[in-house]
Amino acid sequence: MAKAPALPSGFELPLEPRLPRIGSVDQVAVEERAASLARRSIKREAKLFALDLAVRMMDLTTLEGQDTPGKIAALTSKAIRPDPSDASVPSVAAVCVYPNLVPAAVERVRGSSVKVASVATAFPSGQSPTHLKVAEVRDVVDLGADEVDMVIDRGAFLAGRYAKVYDEIVQVKEAAGHAHLKVILEVGELGTYDNVRRASLLAMAAGADFIKTSTGKLPQAATLPVTLVMLEAIRDVHHETGRRVGMKPAGGIRQAKQAVQYLVQLYETLGAEWLTPDLYRLGASTLLNDVLMQIRKEKTGRYQSPDYFTID
Amino acid sequence: MSRLPVKKTYKLYIGGAFPRSESGRTYEAEGQNVARASRKDARDAVVAARKAVSGWAGATAYNRGQVLYRLAEMMETRAGDLAAVCSGKREVEAAIDRVVWYAGWADKLAQVIGSSNPVSGPYFGFSIPEPTGVVAVLAPEEPALAGLVSRLAPVIVGGNAAVVVASESHPLAALELAEALATSDVPGGVVNILTGLRDELAPILAGHMDVNAIDLTGANGAAPELERLAADNVKRVVHGTPDEQSPWTISKFLEIKTVWHPIGQ
Amino acid sequence: MTDLERRQDRSPVPSGWDYAPAPEARDILTLEERYGLFIGGELVEPGSGEYFPTIDPSSEEPLAEVAQAGKEDVDLAVRAARDAFENGWSDISPAERAKYLYRIARILQERSREFAVLESLNGGKPIKESRDVDLPLSAAHFFYYAGWADKLEYAFPNRRPKAIGVAGQIIPWNFPLLMLAWKIAPALACGNTVVLKPAETTPLTALFFADICRQAELPPGVVNIVTGDGRAGAALVKHAGVDKIAFTGSTEVGKAIQRELAGTGKKLTLELGGKAANIIFDDAALDQAVEGIVNGIYFNQGHVCCAGSRLLVQESIYETTVAKLKRRLETLRLGDPLDKNTDIGAINSKMQLDKITELVESGKQEGAEIYQPPCRLPEKGYWFAPTVFTNVAQSYRIAQEEIFGPVLSVLTFRTPEEAVEKANNTPYGLSAGVWTEKGSRILWMADKLRAGVVWANTFNRFDPASPFGGYKESGFGREGGRHGLEPYLSFEDAA
Repeated sequence: MAKAPALPSGFELPLEPRLPRIGSVDQVAVEERAASLARRSIKREAKLFALDLAVRMMDLTTLEGQDTPGKIAALTSKAIRPDPSDASVPSVAAVCVYPNLVPAAVERVRGSSVKVASVATAFPSGQSPTHLKVAEVRDVVDLGADEVDMVIDRGAFLAGRYAKVYDEIVQVKEAAGHAHLKVILEVGELGTYDNVRRASLLAMAAGADFIKTSTGKLPQAATLPVTLVMLEAIRDVHHETGRRVGMKPAGGIRQAKQAVQYLVQLYETLGAEWLTPDLYRLGASTLLNDVLMQIRKEKTGRYQSPDYFTID
Repeated sequence: MSRLPVKKTYKLYIGGAFPRSESGRTYEAEGQNVARASRKDARDAVVAARKAVSGWAGATAYNRGQVLYRLAEMMETRAGDLAAVCSGKREVEAAIDRVVWYAGWADKLAQVIGSSNPVSGPYFGFSIPEPTGVVAVLAPEEPALAGLVSRLAPVIVGGNAAVVVASESHPLAALELAEALATSDVPGGVVNILTGLRDELAPILAGHMDVNAIDLTGANGAAPELERLAADNVKRVVHGTPDEQSPWTISKFLEIKTVWHPIGQ
Repeated sequence: MTDLERRQDRSPVPSGWDYAPAPEARDILTLEERYGLFIGGELVEPGSGEYFPTIDPSSEEPLAEVAQAGKEDVDLAVRAARDAFENGWSDISPAERAKYLYRIARILQERSREFAVLESLNGGKPIKESRDVDLPLSAAHFFYYAGWADKLEYAFPNRRPKAIGVAGQIIPWNFPLLMLAWKIAPALACGNTVVLKPAETTPLTALFFADICRQAELPPGVVNIVTGDGRAGAALVKHAGVDKIAFTGSTEVGKAIQRELAGTGKKLTLELGGKAANIIFDDAALDQAVEGIVNGIYFNQGHVCCAGSRLLVQESIYETTVAKLKRRLETLRLGDPLDKNTDIGAINSKMQLDKITELVESGKQEGAEIYQPPCRLPEKGYWFAPTVFTNVAQSYRIAQEEIFGPVLSVLTFRTPEEAVEKANNTPYGLSAGVWTEKGSRILWMADKLRAGVVWANTFNRFDPASPFGGYKESGFGREGGRHGLEPYLSFEDAA
């Protein structure tokens, strides 16, 4: 298990030597850079690879009050075999569900390569006592979840109580045991790119295996610029400590074209090493069908209709 | 057999659309049935204007200049239709040229009206003009087109949104202009045009708490009472003439914001 | 590695993750075999009958033949301009003059893809730049100055501004159409007529611009275009019938022009070279600052007078910054200018390539450390890989002389005073960049830097509303903004 570096209880990321300086982010420049990367166009063969990779990187998600074992059954079938008419289309990386649905999901994915990720820590708000959140994490791991997606306490963060946010992540990380931990920053509530960078560095210092943009429950979710900011923080940590932390943009990615733009941005910022589901996931639900349609279009040369792809 | 033409229905222009008056009333002007706007129409127009202001004020000055130039292009295309509802070709050409003149001010105002201020002390200070917001305009009775355009263009070039009360006796020119507006790139809500009775509409707008300024050029003697109503929310009150053309007309609908920042290592 | 990590698939990464050639279509362009001089509203043959080829520097392919204007041709052009000035252009009302300029702006907007392709083809710059920067700015310049034509009394209250007469304008090859717009738009707005000489290697967009003048129904003789090498420019400068000269180009030629005009009473503006310092403080938003450095020196292959060719980085962040910079250089794409994915295009001419090569050699000789990312240079055409020199002393030629290529020199500083001292320690004074999150420091640096343009937390930003020009040997006079009108007017208070 990765060891989080010890920090004093007040939030002070030391400037030297083991962690990158916090620094600021220039909004105008970062948005311009993200826009210019989005205008790259990639070769047909690489595009097919990118679409295939997008499937392999997907965390197929259902997080609704109305989720039932029946819904999970449909979702997991789709996750294991996204396109029944094309066996070459791979399984997705994981399904992402609420704690109560973990047993059903674990049962259904048994024997496949699909992982079960569970949200926890009073998702999506995080507004619950720490001990309850930690207990929830232990429970979902006991139920068989391979991965835990936690939320940070945004209220504490915005009130300046960074040590509290940090301590909570450390405790959750411990409770997660062998399960890998994704830390959701909920960028839509953090307000500025400066805060996104701070929260990213904080989460990584506390031991996150992945940092994730959003719960998907707010209209402001992943965007190319905010993802770029987080990738740059990941890059700085890697440069400073050698640790590789993963990235997961979630929410608002509905079209294959966007998925490819995210991958181009990833490639240009972190390089080929990060082009793997071990280090990058896409949190999405409707995206999958659009990617399948684009894959079929690239293979057959014909524009597709949604009628030919199952909705699960 | 001579052909029966399809006659136009004259409606209001609010939020980029052409609704009838919510009151269903009309009045007769220039031989046509023209919508008689009610207080609720005025209310809706102000809501539409307020909604449009942030986008319009937030556009670059260059963009606003180009949009106004495009309005001139649309007016030029309709020159014949416009001439038919005002005093004629000469007035239309003057109106179009006035729009072009004001269009060119959008990205120059800050350089003529704004300043950097040589304050005493290690501070950098600057003053910039900003639009005041929603402006009510009482268009002059005459000239029906050029008078309206002369009061409207300086209001919107600076980034404001306008609610215009058209000439009561000659409203058709305003509605022709509305069609030019609707086909130019002026965003819906930036200009709203109400036709109807001046004495019904003017006090509503003068007393409206969400209108930031009022141009009383077309007030026709009712100005003192309207000025009193305007005081309730400290509206900027502007008097002008139907023919003036000046950047200082634009500045009457602008606020000046002054900013300070220390200079140091 | 955890158990989980071991269990998970390590998927192979493509060796061929590659960007598609995304070429902008050339067929939008129709090139004639040969172009004459644009004088008095017509394309005419040069008096000498002399033509020379103009090429595509990315492939060395000839594109067309253009005329070499001789003294007689320049004389004809100046007389056409004078004639147009005295018979017609001066009598047109300013509002009508404005409308001609608005027409030109709108037509340029409509034909902007065609012009962007031509600019990249003839000059070597990436289509991404000509399409997204050169063309929009050129059209915007005409639009902006159109608006001033009938408002001059507001720009200069109480001075009763008037046109000067005939302006001779000589422009460089790095932004051919944009420099044309910077010259012609204010000149015409103020009521003057012009004779413009485009650079020897990039005449085509100027010749196509002549066609826009025709489409806009601009009266003949208001704009005249004479192509050719330095001889045509010299003839224009020396011509007694020209009232004002505007020159953008090298400092060396600028000085020669200033000497030539000494004692003649002709008005002059010069926009010359630069050796701008791009200064990064330790509190800068670092990833964005690195973008800014890259943009500052590799935009347009470094063929920019205001290029940030000296990076002054605060010593405490030197290692991190240089590491980020080198990494960023590896993702720059050099290649076909017409490919939409290209970041770095061709060097404009063999002559320029030789200059860059010679200066880079000197850098190595003098002891600087060179870094160039792995880069495959095409076989034909003129190319130079993006280059960074570290370990540079202020006295090295690469730190003093303008290279006008994709070559950056990195120096360090410890305090703001030291940064200012080093930044100002040059005969040039065109531009500077400051990267810091501290507002007061931005303003303090801006106050102390002897440069005509200071960019804070950004670089290479241009706008027709923003005055541009240099201090010291970077020239005098401003282009853009209200200030850009002044060089083209005469005032009754005889200032």
